[in-house]
Amino acid sequence: MIEVRIHGRGGQGNVVAAYLLATAAFETGQHCQAFPSFGAERRGAPVTAYVRIAAQPIRRRCQVANPAFLLVQDAGLLHIPSTLEGLKPGGGILVNSPHSSTELTEEYGRPMVAVPATALAQDILGRPVPNVALLSAFLALTGMMPASALVKALAHRFKGDVLERNTRLIEAATTQVIAGAWQEVAHA
Amino acid sequence: MLEALEGSAAIARAVARCRPGVVAAYPITPQTHIVENISKLVADGKLQTELVSVESEFSAASVALGASAAGSRAYTASSSQGILLMTEVLFNISGMRLPVVLTCANRAIGAPINIWNDHSDSMAVRDCGWIQLHCADNQEAIDTSIQAFRIAEATELPVMVCMDGFILTHTLEPLEIPDQDVVDRYLPPFRFDRMLDPKNPLSLGTLVGPEYFSETRHLAHQALMAATSTIVDTDREWQTLTGRSAGGLLTVEGPENAKIGVLAMGSVVSTFREALDTLKTRKKAKLINLRAFRPLPDQALREACAGLSDLVVVDRALSPGFGGILGGEIKAALSGMAKMPRIHNVAIGLGGRDVPLEMWPRLLDVPTEDGGFRILDLEPAKLGEVP
Repeated sequence: MIEVRIHGRGGQGNVVAAYLLATAAFETGQHCQAFPSFGAERRGAPVTAYVRIAAQPIRRRCQVANPAFLLVQDAGLLHIPSTLEGLKPGGGILVNSPHSSTELTEEYGRPMVAVPATALAQDILGRPVPNVALLSAFLALTGMMPASALVKALAHRFKGDVLERNTRLIEAATTQVIAGAWQEVAHA
Repeated sequence: MLEALEGSAAIARAVARCRPGVVAAYPITPQTHIVENISKLVADGKLQTELVSVESEFSAASVALGASAAGSRAYTASSSQGILLMTEVLFNISGMRLPVVLTCANRAIGAPINIWNDHSDSMAVRDCGWIQLHCADNQEAIDTSIQAFRIAEATELPVMVCMDGFILTHTLEPLEIPDQDVVDRYLPPFRFDRMLDPKNPLSLGTLVGPEYFSETRHLAHQALMAATSTIVDTDREWQTLTGRSAGGLLTVEGPENAKIGVLAMGSVVSTFREALDTLKTRKKAKLINLRAFRPLPDQALREACAGLSDLVVVDRALSPGFGGILGGEIKAALSGMAKMPRIHNVAIGLGGRDVPLEMWPRLLDVPTEDGGFRILDLEPAKLGEVP
């Protein structure tokens, strides 16, 4: 079972990101579970969401304490110690940031991969919502499933121009990371 | 066919399959998505129902009451303070023997304000005369929601389907919404003999003095007690039709010869099911999932607990000044058993506190620790810091 934790701020589509990732896994025939852990429900407040993906039905309903991967939609949350807490040894941290992976890794003293997800979304969607670009980069890094699974998941929510733009965003974000760099972590 | 669905969206779809005549609700977290999704189904033309947006939960329950009395299949949903605001009407609905179905997206009650999950709300209306069924996972919640209309209409008693707020309502997972023809076969159109009808006038909820009040209470109690067999039968029939049981009155899992039992309700059961199967523990234990809290199935509970030396009852709410509510009830239900197990009562997961897999072995140690009710996942160091 792969466990993922998503950190972001209310309004960044954190829960939607969790639902999309789980739905994409479902589209590839896997079992999945995604759920949020809200704080006070308001824009800007830190939000955590969890995703589990497994070959078998998932019965545990506790929070993800020891994720293999962290998706951080707002780099400012890296300053909160609980954001990085519990990450499995060797686990991957993917951050939405205009800075480079090297800069982030140096600043926080641990390996991180950066993707300028907000900028990509602003360019292609015209809206600064980082979730889809971040998910696309995540799928490319892990090789967990093809980008087409994410497109299928999006097709449950969007159609026409919005879906087409999101598909382009997925393609653009894929090229931002080294494909398969986290493959071993995903299969550990 | 499995679909990846959020629990609330799935409940809305399941309720729609039951073809309710009237849906009335007022939004409250974490119930909101259920009614939001129902209103979307109505707006998209996928559900023909009278959807009534009201100004409070008191009105939501009142509309459901009136609709049911007028012969409509009526549905509402709420949580927490919303359930409290409905309370007076809930008693009236059961007192008038109206088959309303309500989803309680279980949540704590303030003050202090807490939007997260425990069972304080449905427990606060424990004595309102409704059937209360708890769901361990979202598939059980879907299946129970459909069964609820059958049970309600067969017994002329209202049914509260209790599902853990957020933990179930906001979780997306693969779920099966039964096909419309399956639900239609299972749930015939609602025909209410006591329907308010000008051509055949009758009064509901009239004044009853001391000369008959005890008798009405006796009949209400008898009706609830008799509902146990309806709950069993409707679930069995559902299983024949779909291959899935939603848990009858209760289920027992784990090794036959285990001496320790853990009894719980709601989504922690799902977590404990995984723990029971996968965690290596020194002690063997049975897991008892209590689905029917009202009526409380004494006989089934005694059979489930036969042979146990110790039973740990897990509460998700408490009665200050008494202790665990479920714990007290189970003690009463099992008292007088020839070999009654020692009963240990703890509360966990209050106001959304996470219940991890590791809670399972902790619960199995409870019988060897000092007795008495306590909140097992209390963090004493925080007591001095409570805001």
